[in-house]
Amino acid sequence: MTPLRVSIVSAIASILLLLVIFELIRSRRLRERYAILWLLTGLVILALSLWRGGLNTIAGWVGIETYPPAVLFAVGSLFILAVLLHYSTVISKLSDQNTILAQRLAILESELREERATAQPQGR
Amino acid sequence: MAELAAPALARPGLDPRLLDLRRIAIVPALNEEANVARVIAELRAFDPGLEIVVVDDGSGDRTARVAADAGAHVLRLPFNLGIGGCVQTGYRYAFEHDFDLAVRVDGDGQHDPAELGRILAPVLDDEADIVVGSRFAGSEGYRSSRSRRVGIRLLSWVVSALVGQRVTDTTSGFQALNRHGIALFAADYPHDYPEVEATVMVVKHRLRLREVPVTMRERLAGRSSITAVRSIYYMVKVLLAIFVGIFRRNAVPLEEKR
Repeated sequence: MTPLRVSIVSAIASILLLLVIFELIRSRRLRERYAILWLLTGLVILALSLWRGGLNTIAGWVGIETYPPAVLFAVGSLFILAVLLHYSTVISKLSDQNTILAQRLAILESELREERATAQPQGR
Repeated sequence: MAELAAPALARPGLDPRLLDLRRIAIVPALNEEANVARVIAELRAFDPGLEIVVVDDGSGDRTARVAADAGAHVLRLPFNLGIGGCVQTGYRYAFEHDFDLAVRVDGDGQHDPAELGRILAPVLDDEADIVVGSRFAGSEGYRSSRSRRVGIRLLSWVVSALVGQRVTDTTSGFQALNRHGIALFAADYPHDYPEVEATVMVVKHRLRLREVPVTMRERLAGRSSITAVRSIYYMVKVLLAIFVGIFRRNAVPLEEKR
C-alpha cells in the first residue's frame, strides 16, 4: 500500500505544477498548444496521487510488488520523455523556419540594395 | 500599392457609403490554386473598388501566382503559420495601410462574396464593430457530420454564456470589421484555430459583435485542412484557451500605443 504521506506530497506537487502552468498561460509566457502535454502530466500525477487504490492496482499490473509509489516515478518520467520529444520536434521545426527566414532576408536585402543603387543617381 | 476607392468603379446596387471608405478584403489561402481566382473575381464583382489581399500561408501549389495573376495583392508567408497567424498578417497589413473597413473571405470559396452586403450593413450603420456571417443564425440548414455538429453546439453554448449574448456560429471566418476591429486583431489574434477565441476577445474588449445569417457553400475544390484527430485537439485547446482567457487582462490595441 502507498504511504499516505507520499500521496499527499505528490498531490501537492502536482497541484503546484498545474498552478504554475496556468499562470504561465495566463501571462502569455506559455502558449496553449505547448501547455496541453504539461497539463496532462499534472492531471495524471494528481489523479494517481488521490486515487490510491488505482495506483496499487496499476502497480500490480506492471509487477511492482514492494513499493507502489514507484509507479508515480515511472509515469512521471514517461510524461517528461514525451514532453522532451515533443520539444525536439518543435525545435527542429523552428530551426528550419529560421533558416528560411535568414535566406529570405538575405535575398530581400540584396534586392533592396540593388534597388537603391539604381534609384539614387536619378533621384539626386 | 493600395489604391483609393474611385467612385467611377462603383457597381450599381453597392451601398454608396462604402465609396468614401478605404476598404480591403483579406483572403487567407492555403493550397487553393483551384479556387482563389474565382474568389477574387467574385470579390471584384461585388465591389470593384475593394483592395484584395491574398495571404498565402506557405502553399506548396501555385496559389500565390494564380492570385497575383488575378490581380490581387499577394502576401506570401515564408512558411506555414496556421490560419491564425495567416489571417493576422492581413489585419496587420490593413492596420498599417490605414484601411477603414476590412472583410475576411476564405480562399476556399466557402464564403460567397455576394453575401457581403448583408455582412457589411451593421458595420456601415455603426451598429457593430465586427460582424460575423453565421451558418446557423438563419433557418437554412448546413450539412455537417454529427460529431462536428456536437462540437459546434458545445462551443456555441460555452461562448454564448461567456460573452452574454447569443453566438450561433463560433467558427465562421466570414467577417467584416471596422477600424476598431482591425486595430484589435492587428494587435492580438489567437493562433491555430482562432475564431472561437477571437469572438470572446472581441466582447471582452467591449467591441460590438453582431451575427448575420448567411449561407455558405461547399468548398469549390480540394480538401479542407481539418481532420478528425485535429478536431479533438482543437476542442481541448480552444476550451483551455477560453478558460484561461477569462483570467487574462486585455491586450492594448496598437492604436492606443502609438
